[in-house]
Amino acid sequence: MSAAAKTGRAFVYGDGIDTDVLAPGHAMKLGPDGLARHCLEAIDPGFASTVRAGDFVFAGADFGIGSSREQAAISLKKLGVAAVFAKSFARIFYRNAINIGLPALIFPHEGAVSAGDAISLDLAAGRVSNITTGRDYPVSPMPEHLRTMIEAGGLMESLKTRFGARELIQ
Amino acid sequence: MTQPATLAQKILARAAGKSRVEPGEIVTVSVDLAMAHDSSGPRRWRARLEALGVGLWDPSRVVIVSDHYVPAVDAESAAILKTTRDFARDFGVEHFYDMRGICHVILPEHGHLRPGLFLAGGDSHTTNAGAFGCYAAGFGATDMTAIVATGETWTMVPETIRVEVSGALGEAVSAKDIMLLLCRELGMGNHFKAIEYGGEAVRAMDMEARTVLANMAAELGGETGLVEPDATTLAHIRAHGGKAEEADITRWRSDEGAPYERVFTLDASTLAPQVAAPHSPSNSADITAHEGVRIDQAYIGACVGAKLSDLHMAASVLKGQKVAKGVRLLVAPASAKVTEAAAKDGTLPILSEAGAIMLPSGCGACAGLGAGLLAEGEVCLSSTNRNFKGRMGHKDAEVWLGSPFTVAAGAIAGKIIDPRTLLAERRRAA
Ligand code: SF4
Repeated sequence: MSAAAKTGRAFVYGDGIDTDVLAPGHAMKLGPDGLARHCLEAIDPGFASTVRAGDFVFAGADFGIGSSREQAAISLKKLGVAAVFAKSFARIFYRNAINIGLPALIFPHEGAVSAGDAISLDLAAGRVSNITTGRDYPVSPMPEHLRTMIEAGGLMESLKTRFGARELIQ
Repeated sequence: MTQPATLAQKILARAAGKSRVEPGEIVTVSVDLAMAHDSSGPRRWRARLEALGVGLWDPSRVVIVSDHYVPAVDAESAAILKTTRDFARDFGVEHFYDMRGICHVILPEHGHLRPGLFLAGGDSHTTNAGAFGCYAAGFGATDMTAIVATGETWTMVPETIRVEVSGALGEAVSAKDIMLLLCRELGMGNHFKAIEYGGEAVRAMDMEARTVLANMAAELGGETGLVEPDATTLAHIRAHGGKAEEADITRWRSDEGAPYERVFTLDASTLAPQVAAPHSPSNSADITAHEGVRIDQAYIGACVGAKLSDLHMAASVLKGQKVAKGVRLLVAPASAKVTEAAAKDGTLPILSEAGAIMLPSGCGACAGLGAGLLAEGEVCLSSTNRNFKGRMGHKDAEVWLGSPFTVAAGAIAGKIIDPRTLLAERRRAA
């Protein structure tokens, strides 16, 4: 396992987790931290209180369908989720997630991960390991530019760095 | 021998500076053209660009169109338009079309498209440009800010679904009917997929009809919609002041044996006019299933449904007829050039003599912003592309989608009716 690999626990859900489940409309007025406390409550009331920084969410098809609200991705990030794996993502959620610095990865292996499994992710190598079962799975490796962006905290943050650096050089 | 590739793969490989890219791979691409309108563009970009202390990466590659809030109906829409104009001036935008028509129609009208381009647009129907063999996708405001600041973005290489349309479309059946059928058959959840259209019915279409296919790839949930360029494409581009070469035709097409995720085949000659019931384009059915639904309004508008050919379709049904009592027919031509051409070729008088009310060119009621909105409980038959709840006025209004033939027939009958029946009756009477 390379030094870049991150390890955490798996939270496993099914198909069609929509933006209302991730960021419930009734809690949208609460602000990012308050809203995050309600993340996934409709299907797992204990999620927000048990998830720890570095944990992973695994789900089925169509993760993040629904509205374009960026808060759906922000809530997961606020709670410390290190990456979301799903069979497929709604496009806007997917872009939002990566643009705010939350890796979203296609993971088609049904039944490969159970709730509570210890997982390790190496984004640079494009590999996810289920430490509990001892099996490795490839994920599409992210280009360096995107990994840098995710590490910088997202698109706007990385742009600040990029243009700030340019000003210094000139 | 190199592995066969889809058109989407080829364009993304070129834009990413790679020899080959594979579906599922994330690539960083150079953007050839960026487009946004008054709602998605300047008003969302300016503060961010100023915070970053940068201008546009290339003002000659940014097209801005004011089409959503035009003409201003209140002080707020006027302010949005002013913000758009100020931005175009202050940031040196070379191609700014102020109240000249809907962005997706403006791009090909002014020769901005060429096969093989990567086009990023601040609008979900940016896919429209894929009719010209461009890879065209819609992006949100944060993405677009980064795109106009840097000239690049990232994207996941899509799998391609090939839609193969054989046969010939029958009387009063159009590309719009193909798309309403596909919304039902393929569903609206084709996230990250490229939808590529081909077959003899597509080759027989003019460019306006092809844009309907590419436009509504957005309704299928697709990343982009594509039609391989041919002589029709090049002729259209050249006639509109754009640049294209014969070599574009051979270069920008899917290889024999390209790895399609799925091929969906359809025989155009068996297709009946389609209507989509509220509140989703996927609620579509053969028109016979819904004949007799009474309407209050008939709307011919939007990027997808008010181009010159759409007005021609409507006029072919409306000629010498009158709109039914108690029904209002509203027509918002997709651009100023469309209006000009329709005035010259005699289409406008046919529409107005039938009782149509002409509205300004712009998104109008399609975006729920301009003239032509609906009251609670009202029913509208519309040539637009979406009928989501509340999009065209009150949340308890009904919007039914159909082709311009179908909308025009509905306007005359005061209810949903098969345009073929209407035309046949008229022939019998003549
Ligand atoms: S006409 Fe309608 S669908 Fe087309 S760009 Fe305007 S709002 Fe969007």
